[in-house]
Amino acid sequence: MERSKNDLWVGLFVMIGLAALVFLALQAANLLSLNFQSTYRITAQFDNIGGLKPKAAVRSGGVVVGRVAGISFDDERYQARIDLDMDARFKFPKDSSLKILTSGLLGEQYIGVEAGAAEDNLAAGDNVTSTQSAVVLENLISQFLFNSAANAASPDKGGK
Amino acid sequence: MSWWRPSDVGFATRRALADVGYAARFFWRLVALLGPTLRRFSLVRDQIHFLGNYSLAIIAVSGLFVGFVLALQGYNILQRYGSAEAVGLMVALSLLRELGPVVTALLFAGRAGTSLTAEIGLMKSGEQFSAMEMMAVDPVQRIIAPRFWAGIIVMPLLTAVFNAVGVLGGWIVSVPMIGVDPGAFWSQMQGGVDIFSDLGNGVIKSVAFGITVTFVALLQGYMAKPTADGVARATTRTVVMASLMVLGLDFLLTALMFSY
Repeated sequence: MERSKNDLWVGLFVMIGLAALVFLALQAANLLSLNFQSTYRITAQFDNIGGLKPKAAVRSGGVVVGRVAGISFDDERYQARIDLDMDARFKFPKDSSLKILTSGLLGEQYIGVEAGAAEDNLAAGDNVTSTQSAVVLENLISQFLFNSAANAASPDKGGK
Repeated sequence: MSWWRPSDVGFATRRALADVGYAARFFWRLVALLGPTLRRFSLVRDQIHFLGNYSLAIIAVSGLFVGFVLALQGYNILQRYGSAEAVGLMVALSLLRELGPVVTALLFAGRAGTSLTAEIGLMKSGEQFSAMEMMAVDPVQRIIAPRFWAGIIVMPLLTAVFNAVGVLGGWIVSVPMIGVDPGAFWSQMQGGVDIFSDLGNGVIKSVAFGITVTFVALLQGYMAKPTADGVARATTRTVVMASLMVLGLDFLLTALMFSY
């Protein structure tokens, strides 16, 4: 095929386009942080997961140590069953506890890991049962209402 | 008025179906010509130069201003909720998912689609296609297929340029002008943009729009009446049809991609 002066300009155009794609992949989508590292899968039971979504972060001390891989329902215990992909670099004791937290007031929900004190570490396939559910605003409000109603009633009783 | 006569309705239906069938056969013919077209890549290269390089300026400038405006509007709304740092995420997601592919396709229809239609229509009215057929050269393979495949190659690249320049435009307004923290700007963006579901789907959209716009432009040019008036009408129809089809197709693709 004969060369032409268009070769240079078309080459530049294609390179600019590809550079833009690479820029978007690296800077906007942060390709480098995609984790291809090995993980181990553990499961956990929660009474209530609130608004937790798949791919939500698992953090310990604020550092991301894993991701939520899947959410399903256990119809024998009537609890939510969460699969967690934990980063293989980080080990946690077997009696670690999990709780569902919210980043900021309106932020997304994530799972916080609090390390326990056991000698053995969590391994693939382990099940964590010491969990704390998500805070459900409706339950909090109804609790508060019942408490204040009880408080309002008790001095009345005491007076009589 | 006799438009309601059954025979007229039947004729109109038959003609519409024939047009659709002709368009579909034309489309498959262009798709089937991928091999022969790539074997003579110099034709495609010249079309990439014509469609791509000359559209680069309008795409980059539009992307910059769309990025500016998105950042300004996004900052105004987000700062009411105390999350002005999310402006980077908002700019990136709106560009990658919707505005990048759609606005690029609309600009591409106006900038490159019209010139394709006018060129093909004028070649047809000058009976150049008949002359080629006399020389045993297939005009669809020689003239139309290279333009079709060049358009499909060019659109994703132009969209990527539009998106990248738009993100930079959003950065220019947010960080140096308004004073959003640069670390939060990028980290919010990187935390919220997914490489496959956002960037990847945007690329798929831009390829689909490239096929749509280029095909509409070529078909309108090829079917144009070989008169000055016919070419003018075909050029107008290219812009109208391509824009409407891009917007409709965008709704369908968005419904398929982002509504799980």
